[in-house]
Amino acid sequence: MTKTHDNRAWWLVLPVFLLVAFSAILPMMTVVNYSVQDIFDSSTRFFVGADWYRQILNDPRLHDSLLRQFIFSGCVLLIEIPLGIAVALAMPTRGRWASACLIVMAIPLLIPWNVVGTIWQIFGRADIGLLGYSLRELGISYNYASNTRDAWLTVLVMDVWHWTSLVALLCYSGLRAIPDAYYQAARIDRASAWAVFRYIQLPKLKSVLLIAVMLRFMDSFMIYTEPFVLTGGGPGNATTFLSQTLTKMAVGQFDLGPAAAFSLIYFLIILLVSWLFYTAMTHSDQK
Amino acid sequence: MNLRKRVVLIVYIAFLMVPIYWLINMSFKSNTEILGGLTLWPQGFTLDNYKVIFTDRSWYSGYINSLYYVCLNTIISLAVALPAAYAFSRFRFLGDKHLFFWLLTNRMAPPAVFLLPFFQLYSSIGLFDTHIAVALAHCLFNVPLAVWILEGFMSGVPKEIDETAYIDGYSFPKFFVKLFIPLIGSGIGVTAFFCFMFSWVELLLARTLTSVDAKPIVSVMTRTVSASGIDWGVLAAAGVLTILPGMLVIWFVRNHVAKGFALGRV
Repeated sequence: MTKTHDNRAWWLVLPVFLLVAFSAILPMMTVVNYSVQDIFDSSTRFFVGADWYRQILNDPRLHDSLLRQFIFSGCVLLIEIPLGIAVALAMPTRGRWASACLIVMAIPLLIPWNVVGTIWQIFGRADIGLLGYSLRELGISYNYASNTRDAWLTVLVMDVWHWTSLVALLCYSGLRAIPDAYYQAARIDRASAWAVFRYIQLPKLKSVLLIAVMLRFMDSFMIYTEPFVLTGGGPGNATTFLSQTLTKMAVGQFDLGPAAAFSLIYFLIILLVSWLFYTAMTHSDQK
Repeated sequence: MNLRKRVVLIVYIAFLMVPIYWLINMSFKSNTEILGGLTLWPQGFTLDNYKVIFTDRSWYSGYINSLYYVCLNTIISLAVALPAAYAFSRFRFLGDKHLFFWLLTNRMAPPAVFLLPFFQLYSSIGLFDTHIAVALAHCLFNVPLAVWILEGFMSGVPKEIDETAYIDGYSFPKFFVKLFIPLIGSGIGVTAFFCFMFSWVELLLARTLTSVDAKPIVSVMTRTVSASGIDWGVLAAAGVLTILPGMLVIWFVRNHVAKGFALGRV
């Protein structure tokens, strides 16, 4: 669509701008302000420059949780995106069953995050949970509270349970937007199911997949509540991801300066990786 | 091929449903039955757990508080996002691309980053522990999302409609409210659904910005969990009740979500 050039459109954007400025720029300035000062109380504070940044960048806690975070987000994307596409392809195209599927699949998305943690906390316990109990009966030792591998797997399965539906719903809507004529042409050419997927469905899904990948990356990178409820970051620090490290530092120990520096680095990483995804996927589009 | 698809779907839906079934199952059991051994369905069916929630003010007010700020947030988000999305979909203006990208970066900001500044900001203007504070805080991630989704839907409406309306003598506000908003009704439905969803499920900010008067159900639940000796039955019942509002909302927009997603650029 050709857009008219009209700077008066700013008036329409102004409410959003003011609202987001209030809830984003003001707090962000506070964070920046903290990150360069050493604060003892409201009147005693010193300018420390980049000291906090230096301290945080050399902090093994950041390195460890950053590494864990990248592995976790990577696993999440590798599992959820293909699974979501597969489920979307398997869904009925129209009729009552299609909307029944939509509703059922949307349920995990609408459960508050701490309840998701609670559900899996109960589900995985060997004494009262179906999963933990069944695994024990099968002779598999499983304890998400004390075994690092089990804790990891549980958090990962929980995230797959929680969020794959979002990918599936987005892909489903993308698939519905493909005109029937494409499929008819494919039938005339006797294209195999794989060819239909590879050359018709996948290219048409590109824009929704971009959104799905970005949303899943951002949200898995900010994950806090579910592992916090499920494992409390343990055993040890095995499932302590970035948000939890940050919250511990800011609220638990009240280290405002380092926490603020941490926040900004954290934000920049998300921004950078999202930008990389975005340019990589839109760039290949233009070729 | 068809059989394989059906198996994928059935296995996936079973995977989604079993943990939820387990929660519902537990919510109808007494604590002695829960801890006594594994039963696939409640042997001594009881509604006591739900009775606890509906008779105790500290429990049910949590639900009211949550619903209150979630609805408030949805209304605010839609009200500011509608004109902005229209501007982005119809006009080019100074710094439009930068502004759009900047809005999206707010969706990428981890709530953990904003905990302390939000707490201080809302305390200093006397909004701490009010519903509006949580609703405003949740705008941080819902407004950019709403603008993003609505812009996609609006771009699907041909511009000729606007021009015809202006020729017919409609003023901008009248055109926008009377003609344009009904045209993108399903888009608004989908957007409201997403705003509701992301505000309803968020815990970190909602918990930090409230203490007594506006305490959301999610934080009522965490306090119960951390107390010594967990009341599993009540916890499960409370969990089941938090699923219900979401199901109600998806029921209302079920037709729009299928149709609406395909229409928009989402």
